[in-house]
Amino acid sequence: MNLTLKIWRQAGPSVIGKMETYKVSDISPDMSFLEMMDVLNDQLIRDGKDPVAFDHDCREGICGMCSMYINGQAHGPNRGTTTCQLHMRSFKDGDTIYIEPWRAAAFPVIKDLSVDRSSFDRIIQAGGYVSVNTSGNTQDANAIPVPKENADKAFDAATCIGCGACVATCTNSSAMLFVSAKVSQLALLPQGDPERELRVLRMVEQMDKEGFGNCSNTGACEVECPKGISLENIARMNREYLRASVTSE
Amino acid sequence: MGATGLFLCLFLVGHLAGNLQLFIGGAEGQLQFNEYAKFMTTNPAVKILSYLTYFSILFHTVDGILLAVENRKARPVKYAYNKPSANSSWASRNMAVLGTLVLAFIVVHMSNFWAQMHWGEIPVQISGPDGTLDEPLKDLHTVVLGFFNPAENSLALAAALLYAFAMVAIAFHLWHGFQSAWQSLGVNHPRYTPLIKGAGKAFSVVIPALFAIIPLYLYFTQAA
Repeated sequence: MNLTLKIWRQAGPSVIGKMETYKVSDISPDMSFLEMMDVLNDQLIRDGKDPVAFDHDCREGICGMCSMYINGQAHGPNRGTTTCQLHMRSFKDGDTIYIEPWRAAAFPVIKDLSVDRSSFDRIIQAGGYVSVNTSGNTQDANAIPVPKENADKAFDAATCIGCGACVATCTNSSAMLFVSAKVSQLALLPQGDPERELRVLRMVEQMDKEGFGNCSNTGACEVECPKGISLENIARMNREYLRASVTSE
Repeated sequence: MGATGLFLCLFLVGHLAGNLQLFIGGAEGQLQFNEYAKFMTTNPAVKILSYLTYFSILFHTVDGILLAVENRKARPVKYAYNKPSANSSWASRNMAVLGTLVLAFIVVHMSNFWAQMHWGEIPVQISGPDGTLDEPLKDLHTVVLGFFNPAENSLALAAALLYAFAMVAIAFHLWHGFQSAWQSLGVNHPRYTPLIKGAGKAFSVVIPALFAIIPLYLYFTQAA
C-alpha cells in the first residue's frame, strides 16, 4: 500500500505546530497502524529528519497509551479498538490519512502526537482510591458479599484504560466518561463505601480544575471508547454527585 | 440545565393547550380565548408558575452560555479534520446554537403578544355570543388573528413562516434535550431509558408540529 500521511508536527509544548505531509510506500495491509508509523519514522531517521513522536506501550489494546486522532476519529475508524489494534487493511491503497494528537486544553501537546494526560492521574489522586486494612490481618475479599450484577457493572467500569479517547472525541473535551467509570467501579462495591461521598465530590472538583469541558450527553464518548464504557456510568456519577452534595457535611 | 429544561417542557404542554383554543372559530372562540388570557395573567397560581417559567428561561440561558463558553475554552486548538457525525447527532452538538435561535424567538414572540397583553393598547371585547359581558376583556384574540392576517399585517406571511421555523429549532433542541435532561439528572435505566428516549422523540416532533400549525392555519384561513 502507498499512503499519503498528513501529520501534526509540533516541536514542543509552547511551539506552534502545523500539519505536514509525508508519503509512505510498500505498507503491508497486515501491519498495525503503529507499525506503519514505525516505518515512517525509520524512513525519517534515515533521511536525517526528526521522527514523529507518538505514545505507545503494550501494543495489544490494554495499556491506554496509544492515542492519535485518525481521519477525524479517536483511534481511527473502527469501534471498540485502540490505535495499536487498528490495521492498515482498514484503509485503501492511495488513501490520505490525517493524524492529529488528542485536542483538549487539559491534554497539552508534549511533542507531535504525544499529549500530557497527567490530568487524569491528578483526578485519580483526588479520590479514585479505597481504604485498605494494612494491619497484616487483611480480610478475605470473598468474605464480603457483592451482588453479581454489581460486580459485573463495577468490572465493566474498571475496564477503562484511561486512554482519553472520550475527551478527544467529545465536542466539549469533557472527561465525564473517564471520571464516571473511575467513580462507578468503586461506588458499586462495598470496598468503596467509606470514601463514597468525598470521592465523587473531589474527583469532579479536580476534573473541573483541570479545564475539561462539560458533558452535554452527545454520547460520542461511548461510541469511541475502545472498552465500550457505557453512558450509564455518567448517569450514576450524576446520582452519586447529587447524593453527596446533599448529604455530605 | 436538565431540571429547568424539563420544567420548560411542561410549560410547552400548557402553552400548547392554550394555543389550541385558537382553532375554535367565531364568537365562542374569541370569548373563550380572551377569558383564558385573562385567567393566565391574573390567577395567583398561574402567576407563581409564570415566575417559575421566567426563572427557568433565564437560568437555562445563563447557565447554557456559561457552559458553552467553558466548553469552547476546553479545546483551544481545533482538529484539522474531524468527523463528529460518525458518533453523535447534529442536534446534540448544536444545542447552544439551537438554544440561541429559540431564545431569539422567545424575545420576538413575547414582544408580539405578551408585552401587548400586559402594556400594549389593545382592543377590548365588550360583548360575547350571549350578549354584553359583565366585565370587558382585553381582546388578545383579535390581536393574534390580526397579526397573522395579511389584510391587517403586511408581514403576516413572514411572521407565520418565522414562527413555524422557530418551531423547527425547538424540535431539534428537544430531540436531544428531552432525553439528555434525564441523563443529566442521573436517570439511566435499562427499562426506562428506552421509554424516555422514545417519548422524547415523540414529544420533540408532535409538540412543535402542533405549535407550528397554528400560525400557518391562521394565516392561510384568513388569506383565503
